[in-house]
Amino acid sequence: MVENRPFNNLLPHLILWIGIAIVAFPVYLAFVGSTHEPTIISNGQMPLTPGAHFLENYYRTIFIGTSGTTREPVYTMLLNSFVMAMVIACGKIFISILSAYAIVYFKFPLRMSAFWIIFITLMLPVEVRIYPTYKIVADLHLLDSYAGLSLPLIASATATLLFRQFFMTVPDELLEASRIDGAGPFRFFWDTLLPLSRTNMAALFVILFILGWNQYLWPLLITTRDDMQTIQIGIRKMITTTDALTEWPIVMATAVLAMLPPIFVVVAMQKLFVRGLVETEK
Amino acid sequence: MANVTLRNVRKDYPNGFEAIKGIDFEVGDGQFCVLVGPSGCGKSTLLRMVAGLETITSGEIDIGGRIVNQVEPADRDIAMVFQNYALYPHMSVYNNMAYGLRNRGMDKGEIDTRVREAARILELSAMLDRKPRQLSGGQRQRVAMGRAIVRQPKAFLFDEPLSNLDAKLRIAMRVEIRKLQRRLSTTSIYVTHDQLEAMTLADILVVMNGGQVEQIGNPLDIYKKPATTFVAAFIGAPPMNLLSLRDSDIKLPGAAPEAGILGVRPEDLAIGNGATPDGGIALDLTVEAIERVGAETYVYGLRAQQSGQPAVSSKPGELPPGEILVRVPGQEGPAVGQKIRAVAPREKLHLFTADGRKRVNS
Repeated sequence: MVENRPFNNLLPHLILWIGIAIVAFPVYLAFVGSTHEPTIISNGQMPLTPGAHFLENYYRTIFIGTSGTTREPVYTMLLNSFVMAMVIACGKIFISILSAYAIVYFKFPLRMSAFWIIFITLMLPVEVRIYPTYKIVADLHLLDSYAGLSLPLIASATATLLFRQFFMTVPDELLEASRIDGAGPFRFFWDTLLPLSRTNMAALFVILFILGWNQYLWPLLITTRDDMQTIQIGIRKMITTTDALTEWPIVMATAVLAMLPPIFVVVAMQKLFVRGLVETEK
Repeated sequence: MANVTLRNVRKDYPNGFEAIKGIDFEVGDGQFCVLVGPSGCGKSTLLRMVAGLETITSGEIDIGGRIVNQVEPADRDIAMVFQNYALYPHMSVYNNMAYGLRNRGMDKGEIDTRVREAARILELSAMLDRKPRQLSGGQRQRVAMGRAIVRQPKAFLFDEPLSNLDAKLRIAMRVEIRKLQRRLSTTSIYVTHDQLEAMTLADILVVMNGGQVEQIGNPLDIYKKPATTFVAAFIGAPPMNLLSLRDSDIKLPGAAPEAGILGVRPEDLAIGNGATPDGGIALDLTVEAIERVGAETYVYGLRAQQSGQPAVSSKPGELPPGEILVRVPGQEGPAVGQKIRAVAPREKLHLFTADGRKRVNS
């Protein structure tokens, strides 16, 4: 029984608030740091209240960038990261839902082998096959391009497995009813399976978008041009300065900006996301 | 409007299992055919073969004068109602019914007319915008029927459509299905394992067992003259009592020499105490258990053990060997432990060969 006694709720709430404070404090500090003059943080003074340079700093970050290290305004990086994350998320969903459809609903020679080959790629993330993948991308002249950034990351065993598991729970009778209703394989996929997979796709999109957004190693290798760098790389570059002061307010502002798109995606798709993970209704 | 004819239809699985071992029957135009049998007898497989959802190993299936062996389910001009309804969960009731028509490129106005007419017949008019999950079991069942009706097919195929409903609703829907089929007079094939549904719905009853047809005919004829002991035990509830003639002391003067098994329905046995009726039988029983269901009373009696095993048990749902069931009208009946004598006249007895595969008396 859950009793509604205000005092009993106090302790759990206190603990939760402490937890939130621990998680949120660095984020808050980043925000505070992004609103002060450059010299203040470099002098070793970290204020706890926002400063007066919010608009100035963010304007400079988004449209001008740092003076030396990244040589590009942050909006280019945001755009690059956004395109990469979108292409990876949408591409993964597209490829994996199709391969799962093939594996579950079509009988073809070596079907199980195909499934296991996809399964085995779980053991080969990009970090493991980095040299061959780089070589292929370089040979295809895809370095410093959106295609080079996203294509090698699109194949996804996880998403394929997830869709496969979901398709296997769809009753066979639905397929049979569709066949009797004159729906061919494409219509069945489009009219029945896709609408039923909507929440699953949303959940996957959230996970995959954040995964794509947070890519670091691959963009680091594949991009050399300044106008192709992603925001994660940009932040790293901003911090490492050899002969100049790190422009902390801009670094902090960039970090804050880098957090916004994933937060937006999660908040916007939260409802579908939760339903996609817990819903069993068929 | 069409006949459905099956000619020596067989289904073998690659692993060697023979699911359907050569079946012939014909369902006349507008007739209601029920396939009945225990689970695993191949009745659903046979229906799915007619629908085109399973391939046919050999033989011919003919729907309305066209051999459809190689025809896709969508082009066979049939409609099927599934056990779990198989409604599209994301579509409204209206779209569920209209989907098949749209896929055939039918005119929008015509679709609308047909869907609304079907909804009116099935009393679904107020629910056309709802999703299947917002409907009760009986309503979902009706939507599934509606999806079949709007197609105006040559034949309806029903695959145990009532087994997901509760008992009361099942009876109501059974009557509704029958009325609807009469009204539309569309040839129908209906699969069930419930012998009561089978008896009440069928124009033609096909009793199946182990991938073969045991008997085809009018339900009452089958009830009155079961062709095998399997049919005798399967059709009719409670099941027919079956006794071996060879091993027991029952003497039937004038019985055919090949008769090996005697069958008598519980309702044909009466509790008497006089002499054996002329040419009939009398069984001395000790009452083991009594079941009173209101309108009638079931008396389970054990025969006085004589030589060997007194009774044989064929497969589905029979009594244990030696037990005899007597059905007495009303709530009266003997007490447990009492000794009774159950009698049946000669014309109520069914005689079968010893292997149970053939009926001996007429």
